Amino acid sequence: MTKFLVPLGIFGLLAVVLAIGIHHSPDKGIIKSPLLGKAAPVFALPNLTDPARQVRSVDLKGRWYLFNVWGTWCGGCREEHEALLQVHRAGVVPIIGLDWKDDDAQALSWLTQLGNPYESVATDHSGRQAIEWGVYGAPETFLVNPQGIVVYKHVGALTPEVWTREILPRVSKVPATAGSS
Amino acid sequence: MLPELGHFALILALLLAGLQAFFGIAGPALARDRWSGAVTSAVAGHAVMIATAVACLIGCFVNEDFSVAYVAENSNSALPLFYRVTALWGAHEGSLLLWILLLAAWTVAVAFGSGRLPPRFAARVLGVLGVVSFGFLLFTLATSNPFLRLDPPAPDGRDLNPILQDPGLAVHPPILYTGYVGFAVAFAFACAAMLEGRLDQNWARWTRPWTTTAWAFLTCGIALGSFWAYYELGWGGFWFWDPVENASFMPWLVGTALIHSLAVTDKRGLFKSWTLLLAILAFSLSLLGTFLVRSGVLVSVHSFAADPTRGIFILTFLIIMIGGALTLYAWRAPLLRSTAGFELGARESFLLFNNVLLVIAAATVFAGTLAPLISDSLKLGTLSVGPPYFNPTFMLSMLPLLALLSVGIHANWKRGRLGDSQRMLLQTFVAAAVLGCGFAFGLYSHGKVLTPVGATLAVWIILSSLVDPIDRWRRGLTLPRAVLGMTVAHIGLALAVFALTAVQSFTIERDVALAPGGTTKAGEYEFRFEGVKPAEGPNYEAVAGTLTVTRHGAPVAVMIPQKRNFWVQHQVISETAIRMHRGNNLLLALGEDLGAGRWSVRIQIRPLVSLIWIAAFIMAMGGALAASDRRYRTARALVTPSEGATAGQPG
Repeated sequence: MTKFLVPLGIFGLLAVVLAIGIHHSPDKGIIKSPLLGKAAPVFALPNLTDPARQVRSVDLKGRWYLFNVWGTWCGGCREEHEALLQVHRAGVVPIIGLDWKDDDAQALSWLTQLGNPYESVATDHSGRQAIEWGVYGAPETFLVNPQGIVVYKHVGALTPEVWTREILPRVSKVPATAGSS
Repeated sequence: MLPELGHFALILALLLAGLQAFFGIAGPALARDRWSGAVTSAVAGHAVMIATAVACLIGCFVNEDFSVAYVAENSNSALPLFYRVTALWGAHEGSLLLWILLLAAWTVAVAFGSGRLPPRFAARVLGVLGVVSFGFLLFTLATSNPFLRLDPPAPDGRDLNPILQDPGLAVHPPILYTGYVGFAVAFAFACAAMLEGRLDQNWARWTRPWTTTAWAFLTCGIALGSFWAYYELGWGGFWFWDPVENASFMPWLVGTALIHSLAVTDKRGLFKSWTLLLAILAFSLSLLGTFLVRSGVLVSVHSFAADPTRGIFILTFLIIMIGGALTLYAWRAPLLRSTAGFELGARESFLLFNNVLLVIAAATVFAGTLAPLISDSLKLGTLSVGPPYFNPTFMLSMLPLLALLSVGIHANWKRGRLGDSQRMLLQTFVAAAVLGCGFAFGLYSHGKVLTPVGATLAVWIILSSLVDPIDRWRRGLTLPRAVLGMTVAHIGLALAVFALTAVQSFTIERDVALAPGGTTKAGEYEFRFEGVKPAEGPNYEAVAGTLTVTRHGAPVAVMIPQKRNFWVQHQVISETAIRMHRGNNLLLALGEDLGAGRWSVRIQIRPLVSLIWIAAFIMAMGGALAASDRRYRTARALVTPSEGATAGQPG
């Protein structure tokens, strides 16, 4: 009898929807950042590599940049480091690092050993800045546009796929030289 | 050593679950009774192996073995011992292990309780449970192994997600999962009956206590989750229609329908295919809940980090399990015909309405939960539906359900005429309307349209539920536990409706900025802000605000909401201060530092909110009482459809 086939049919349809859902869920279940579409926090933080200068958000106005939260204690950061170096070599968008709750000496030797993908690295010993950004856990990467708006957030290790699929299209939509408003 | 031992135990458990599934299904099918007999040995071995694996993981947590990735990610040397143990289910891998452990516990319970079941049927039930366990073990080992090592080991752990550092966490997931997983037993009974091609009233009788027990656990688990969200998350809500909450609520709604449908199958031998479908559906929704939460298809406040490969695996598993069961259903259910009939207006018809309305309610929740996913699949953009969708659509099916409940209690089995109960029906309704409207307009002057409706329905259910027990007591008849349990559960439901009505109608919410010494008034209470001072815990530092609460000048309480900053993960969690006073639930949460000593403070005054959780607990107690009725423990050779109410067997 056909009526007993109805549940199976409905389930079949559902399975298709779920399969599509997995295939291109927009952000793979990442905790949505309350910052998305909003202005990135204003900051002026100590510079890891150059104690005489600060890393400041005002200096970044008018440029796209990636804001990458990391620490030497974090396994995922080690994992994504190669991808960050690739992004750095591509030279499309600068990476600003936030060395989160870390030891400066360890962080410096990490960058010497593994290579430094960052244009500059800010240090955040107290963790205050990470809270401003609503960081859930390292690594996390934010894409900020020339107007200082957070347009994309990636939680977890950055991969070349995320770079080519999520970040690059967003950056190249607008000429990289777009000035501030 | 310990992680490798645990890993090895999990692999052995997988093999034994495979054997359990094979012997349990192939044995009866090929009529090899020795194979069927081997199932219980497989169950025992499988359960021991899983217990070993869990013990190993707990050992890793207790020993602070940060060479194990899962331990390093979810524990820390500063974490108190208690949370180091409960961190076991603090994230995905351990939660799965807990799922598997609880499934093994249910399986062992079924194996022990299967003495009264025909051996082949029992083997089939255990076989189906073996299939479920096999799937989950394979999933764990393939995509979510909790025993993976880190090289080099982490010097210290990343700490347990601070949201989960609360005593509520210790009990909430295991109880919720016990309920979730318990529906696997009803599912296994349904599949076994379909494999056998036979479903009689005895089948319903065997299935009922398991289902009701699982339902009672799920009820408790959902209530604890809601309580925990209220108490810990500090957002001042007890239900957010969050995907994770919905994931536990949908099986609950369908499970509730299943309990009632099973009652009809047990008493009257009706609704057989419907009962089977509900049993499949309840467990499917449990699985789907796991899928939704774990695959990262949907975003939720509760979700841990997610991974698409896991999603694909779970989807495949869902297709095999649910698709398989529904195929079996399409093939076998047409064979199960009911001979008996019933008139419109008989109790059966009310239970049918109950089933249909509960399934509609589950379907609306389902649609709302999956709406973001569907709109995304159809490229309509990311769309999310919230309380503005859920509240009205859910009420649309719940209000008639509550009204029909009171009528249905008065109805007889089989016969459509209400007879003498008609007068009783009218009397209870009038009494309820008077009391309910009196509450709405008298006790509180301001209310909404639904306030008298909700209050009346709640009182009506209580009065109607008490009619039969009082009648039996007057006539000197004993009250079987099944009837007592049903009455208690229905009263619990009524209390929940009453509390929800009161909370929705009379809650006061206010966000204020207060300087030290500043005061504000909310409802009949005055709040004076005394300022903030630092505080410290074992693995966090906090800012504690002090507020003195008075009512008409008389002191009520000093409340100290905190804002905690956890060192390792650097997450800020608001620890709300909660106080009960004259049935009102006062909730204070510390907001933002506005500078110059000024802080934003959220004040909420909710009447009767605690009653929601108490009511849910009463419902669960009702379920436990009903499940413990001894009619489920005594084998009955011959089944005669009994008339009248849920009659116990005298003697």
